[in-house]
Amino acid sequence: MPLELVANVTIAGLLTGLVYGLMALGLSVIFGVVRVVNFAHGEMMTIAMYAAVVLFAAFGMDPFIALFPVAAVFFLFGYALQAGLINPFITRPEHTQFMLVLAVAIIMVNGLLMAFGPDARNVPVDYALDSFGIGPLLLDKVRVYAAVAAVAAAGGLFLFFKFTPTGSAIRACADNNLGAKVVGLNVKRYYALTFGLGSACVGAAGCLMVLLVDVTPVLGPGYTLLAFIIVIVGGLGSMAGALLGGVLIGVSEALAGLYFTPSAKSMFSFALLILVLLLRPQGLLGKRS
Amino acid sequence: MNRIPQQPIDANELAQVTDVGRRRFIAGLGASAAIVSSGSLMRPAWAQSTLNVGVLLPTSGFQAFIGKSCKLGADIAPNVLPGLGYGMPIRLMHADTETNVDVARSRAERLINDGAHVLVGAFDSGASAAIAQVCEQKGVPFIVNIAAAPQITEQGYKFTFRNFPTAIDLVRNGLALIGDIFHATNTVPRTAVFMHVNDTFGQAMARGIGAILPRLDFLPFKVVETIAYDPAARDLSVEVAKAKATKADFLMLVCRLNDAILVRREMVKQRWSPMGIIGPGNPGMYEAQFYNALGKLSEYCMSNVPWYNPKAPLTHSIERAFRKSFPKEKLMFHALNVGFTVEAIMIAADAYKRARTTDAKALADAIRQTSIANRMMIGGPIKFNAKGQVEGIKSACIQNLKMRPTVVLPAASAEAKPVFPMPGYRKA
Repeated sequence: MPLELVANVTIAGLLTGLVYGLMALGLSVIFGVVRVVNFAHGEMMTIAMYAAVVLFAAFGMDPFIALFPVAAVFFLFGYALQAGLINPFITRPEHTQFMLVLAVAIIMVNGLLMAFGPDARNVPVDYALDSFGIGPLLLDKVRVYAAVAAVAAAGGLFLFFKFTPTGSAIRACADNNLGAKVVGLNVKRYYALTFGLGSACVGAAGCLMVLLVDVTPVLGPGYTLLAFIIVIVGGLGSMAGALLGGVLIGVSEALAGLYFTPSAKSMFSFALLILVLLLRPQGLLGKRS
Repeated sequence: MNRIPQQPIDANELAQVTDVGRRRFIAGLGASAAIVSSGSLMRPAWAQSTLNVGVLLPTSGFQAFIGKSCKLGADIAPNVLPGLGYGMPIRLMHADTETNVDVARSRAERLINDGAHVLVGAFDSGASAAIAQVCEQKGVPFIVNIAAAPQITEQGYKFTFRNFPTAIDLVRNGLALIGDIFHATNTVPRTAVFMHVNDTFGQAMARGIGAILPRLDFLPFKVVETIAYDPAARDLSVEVAKAKATKADFLMLVCRLNDAILVRREMVKQRWSPMGIIGPGNPGMYEAQFYNALGKLSEYCMSNVPWYNPKAPLTHSIERAFRKSFPKEKLMFHALNVGFTVEAIMIAADAYKRARTTDAKALADAIRQTSIANRMMIGGPIKFNAKGQVEGIKSACIQNLKMRPTVVLPAASAEAKPVFPMPGYRKA
């Protein structure tokens, strides 16, 4: 196997994996704090992809610009969803939370089908087919830009949680719910804020992902599953773990396609998941509960 | 003597009564005129009952574009058939297979339960094979419009009929045309990389190529690598990188539509310009959406596929109906899908005309005796062999030139000369 080919494929997998990581980051943040598993995660990303398509078609807005308004709208949507719909279910059994979020996901898929039909759509930016040539390496331009944007967004979120009072308060709610209430934190508000931030992440990831793949309404469940694999591999609730998991899944899929058969790419994601569950059930960077 | 008191008749009431009478009379006259003009009174009793034709196509999912293209044919069929002597009432019952074999099976069952006398479809080999099983169990005739997997008509089914070449025939015709391309352009490519979609159709084509290609001594090339990929793939960068690394002279691509677009885009991103991209008998590269999505990057791709005869009288009828129903569309971009779908419904109508009943067994017997010379697609008359398969359907080499599918081979039907090797791409 030529080294040049292996390097090209590995880098492409790594770049795609970083965007996967940003998508999964939203899921990880929400679960890490709110302890609700968002089964509508992939569907939310699909809506963001359509938002980018619509903004490009209506205003010629590049998805790298569109990700700011889309992330802002998704923040508000996530906040409202948590405050209005999910908060009343926080203390209920997990299966009722599961059914609730699953119902939201089904409504989203069918809403998209009604609004946009089943056809695939994309954002035909004028640099969509460009590549950077670095010696023998050929890097897909949109993949490079998307990966850089994903790392920047993840870095921004990390800094927010680490260095702002609101971020510290959210972490306090995640670490000790009762303690947070005792010191007077409005936990439900911080939950809604966290859900908003996680949604903003997935909104940004959707704007980046639409540059890599064409969007159809039925993409959602597949991405929800992918996000779960990534956060379980990386460690549920760990931000760095989500990025690491995304990169591992992206690279393993690419190399599986190269060394085995491209049709078996997904199989290797699941194999990695099983391996991690057997050897390190809390995920690569997750904390043992 | 008691007299029955006479009620005075109100003038308004009288007017109302007489008015209703006039309305009824006019309505009755209108209905009679409609019946007479539609020819119902002229029709024999059997032809006054409606033939229910269930049309199963993938109008959603990743095959939606081609499924919808086929549906255009089903939509115009009721307008075309009366002009061909099939004036009896036909009701089309549409069902979406959602590009999913299990859904295809359940929708077929539902259509039959809802009263379909004959089923038509389903573009996809996997879905068609599943529908064929259902039809065999229920004893309802099934006419395949487009699906090439040989096993569909190789299992001894009594109710399945196919007016489309098998994968073996597609491959045989397609490979012969590849030889003709090289001959016509004085080129001698030595190597090919073969990429194929990994579904029922793609596997059947791959098996056909594996079996037939080694026996064709006149072809100068050999396949250096075979790469199968997921039909629902969203990213084909690894597959194309692997294909590029083989440094093969040309790409032989058995694809659908969405994946054809992905492969072409990825070839440009990875700056891979082989001598050509040739489909040996598959859809994808001549569809309207291929041109819409890729613009000038769609140019020079070649597809060796069954094609339509633009001079056939049926083509003219279909073109008129198509233009009237879909003024924004052009038949040439949908010709294969529309042609085979209209022909499938025509076969059902023809059988009904001869069977004079909607009884499933009688319809199947009548379909078996079909002989229709007036057809749109290139090939002999529509006649089914003992297996329910139409033989002798020819392929043509279609090349994308000036943003339209253009017949370049065989020379007798060519609208232009083949361009091979294809020029290097430029940004669309």
